[in-house]
Amino acid sequence: MALLQITEPGQAIDPHLRKRAAGIDLGTTNSLIASVRAGVAETLPDQEGRHMLPSVVRYSEQGVVVGEDARVQAAEDPLNTIVSVKRLMGRGVNDVDTLGNQLPYEFSATEGGVPRIVTRSGEVTPVEVSAQIIRALVGRASETLAGDLDGVVVTVPAYFDDSQRQATKDAAQLAGINVLRLLNEPTAASIAYGLDTGAEGTIAIYDLGGGTFDISLLRLTRGVFEVLATGGDSALGGDDLDRAIAEWILQQCGHSEKLNPSQLRGLMMQARQIKESLTDKDEVDVRVDDKGLHFEGRLTRVQFNELIASLVDKSIKACRRTVRDAGVALNEIDNVVMVGGSTRVPLVIDRVHDYFGTQPLNNIDPDRVVAIGAAVQANILVGNKPDDEMLLLDVLPLSLGLETMGGLAEKVITRNTAIPTSRAQEFTTYKDGQTAMLVHVLQGERELVQDCRSLARFELKGIPPMVAGAAKILVEFRVDADGLLSVSARETSTGVEAFVEVKPSYGLTDEEIMQMLQSSFDHAQEDAEQRSLAEARVEAGRVIEALGNALDEDGEALLGESDIALLRGAIDKLGSLADGSDTRAITEGIEMLGKASEEFASLRMDVAVRKALAGRQVADIDSEYS
Amino acid sequence: MDFNQNYFEIFGLPVTFKLDLDGLSRRYRELQKELHPDNYASSTEHEKRLSMQWSSLVNAANETLKSPQARAIYMLELKGVDIDHNPVLPPAFLMEQIELREELESLEDDPAGLDKLDTFKVRVKDVMSGLERQFEAVVNEDDEKALTAVYEMQFMTKLMASAHHLEEKLLDY
Repeated sequence: MALLQITEPGQAIDPHLRKRAAGIDLGTTNSLIASVRAGVAETLPDQEGRHMLPSVVRYSEQGVVVGEDARVQAAEDPLNTIVSVKRLMGRGVNDVDTLGNQLPYEFSATEGGVPRIVTRSGEVTPVEVSAQIIRALVGRASETLAGDLDGVVVTVPAYFDDSQRQATKDAAQLAGINVLRLLNEPTAASIAYGLDTGAEGTIAIYDLGGGTFDISLLRLTRGVFEVLATGGDSALGGDDLDRAIAEWILQQCGHSEKLNPSQLRGLMMQARQIKESLTDKDEVDVRVDDKGLHFEGRLTRVQFNELIASLVDKSIKACRRTVRDAGVALNEIDNVVMVGGSTRVPLVIDRVHDYFGTQPLNNIDPDRVVAIGAAVQANILVGNKPDDEMLLLDVLPLSLGLETMGGLAEKVITRNTAIPTSRAQEFTTYKDGQTAMLVHVLQGERELVQDCRSLARFELKGIPPMVAGAAKILVEFRVDADGLLSVSARETSTGVEAFVEVKPSYGLTDEEIMQMLQSSFDHAQEDAEQRSLAEARVEAGRVIEALGNALDEDGEALLGESDIALLRGAIDKLGSLADGSDTRAITEGIEMLGKASEEFASLRMDVAVRKALAGRQVADIDSEYS
Repeated sequence: MDFNQNYFEIFGLPVTFKLDLDGLSRRYRELQKELHPDNYASSTEHEKRLSMQWSSLVNAANETLKSPQARAIYMLELKGVDIDHNPVLPPAFLMEQIELREELESLEDDPAGLDKLDTFKVRVKDVMSGLERQFEAVVNEDDEKALTAVYEMQFMTKLMASAHHLEEKLLDY
């Protein structure tokens, strides 16, 4: 038995009790993982000292290769080397057709609408490709931190819709990690800056990543981050700057035929090097000599600026719109934070400076700042800083609604609403005797259904026949703190009910994920039953710990002795169940304990609220007399 | 604290139209600091669910109270006023609406449209502030007049939305 440990209140947690948490920036071009070690958040390098993991996965004859090695081979084996997979996350086959011209892969459509990329190792989905990237990062972290991770925060572009967020969460789940929270990338960047500089006020986060552009306006007050508005363009990024250079080279070569995938890949890589060189240099020599492509010359920064001006302007327009959405004046914005490698491009810095009228901040490496912020948040959420005051308030990036008569989209929750949130809207039948109603859930800002993203469809059946307009159907939307949606519908006079977790059409069902988990060669040796037993034990441990802590803190204040004894007894019982190997008994035990502690949980929540209000009243009295 | 409290009670504020918005946002943050699901990431399922419900309720209350128009409608709802019944609007207000609409339309082909739009939006905001003062003055005395003010606010909000639409068009989004 372990000896009792006595620590002073507020003293640092014993390093052996510290939980391992990490932040993952799953980027279009590069991905990173960061962790808080010895109080400092930093990105974790691989064995060769490289921090950035290129988001490239190659399905080679010898197995799966992720990162730099895959990137280097990309030009030789383009069809089996997947780059920029983030652009495909949560997308359907139709979306891919639109993006298809830019992508060298072969796709095979499936009934579920999930696009599958044909590789020599068989067909893979974007979620599976992303899971490979996450696995590579997590493996790196487990080695550096000497143990498995307890929890991870994964970042997503603020502009991601529900299906894209769900796909990201699915990828993390497939990689076998515990997701504490999905976090918007710009918000993560602001966390990194907020804690490093103690900034207060209104901040704009300008994030020009490899494949996406995000602009967010945040307000920071006394340790609280509030997202005022987010906007951007999910199809604009550093890749597009590279493409502008590549197109210029092709023009110079006088080449108009379609390039083969390996030529295209090589050209894009060269374009990227040119872009990077033009950050410090005024001009760069360009030489191309490849089957049918011949050019020797130079590109100046002035020419480069002309090539990309319209792209940069596009980002500034999105800024304008978001500033307006946030309802702030330009001169109220105190700081502009730069995120993403392409914010090193001098024209980008100039235009951002001109528009916001302030020198943008880039003293934290713009490639790493998101992962660093995510690591800080993960460290807090996993419970390593119990006294931390930070609170992150987030908003819904895109409006959620329903299809109504005539193919129109009716908004139920408008974008930039603070989450979590729930809202109910009443609908009625339009035909006499109508007994069923189709609920079609949509996301987007446009008025026509066809212009919005379809998230889910389900049917409410068994409505008693009534005259048109008499039935009252209450549709409730609930969005959690990750921005993920669930919807229920109920006929209020009879109580007929239907409920869906919105698993977007392009996401994966839990069964599909289980299947993938089982077929995935990383887990091939693991028995599925062993796995669920292990999961149930972990969950039991978590519940026991949570309730135990709650009882230590508030048990005596809120409950009678007999109630405490009852709960302690239930905890012990679950503890002994978890020592056994009956998965079902453990799961049932968890449920029982949950039920038994409901009343206690409600009491604790009441206390929390009263505490918040009491603190406020004292503060009010103070300000009245000061 | 229970789920049947009205939005003002949740924040410990008196039911008045004239609200201390800084105070509201301060109380909002204090409540979310205690209630937000992030605080319950490692708690039991029941606590997680309660936290999500409370946090959602506090968000809804905040969004309603911080917008003057939503706050006005909510106050009438609390008083049991039938807000679906449309009052007759004064002819002078309707005339003004038509003029404002025509002015807005004329800006579409005006080369200086964007600048004039800024001035236009300031005017709409002024009218809005006037309506808010009007509502405040009558809300406790005359339901019908209060409802008329709310109804007029809705007109102005729609006008503002049209102005935003036009701005997007002129900015070529």
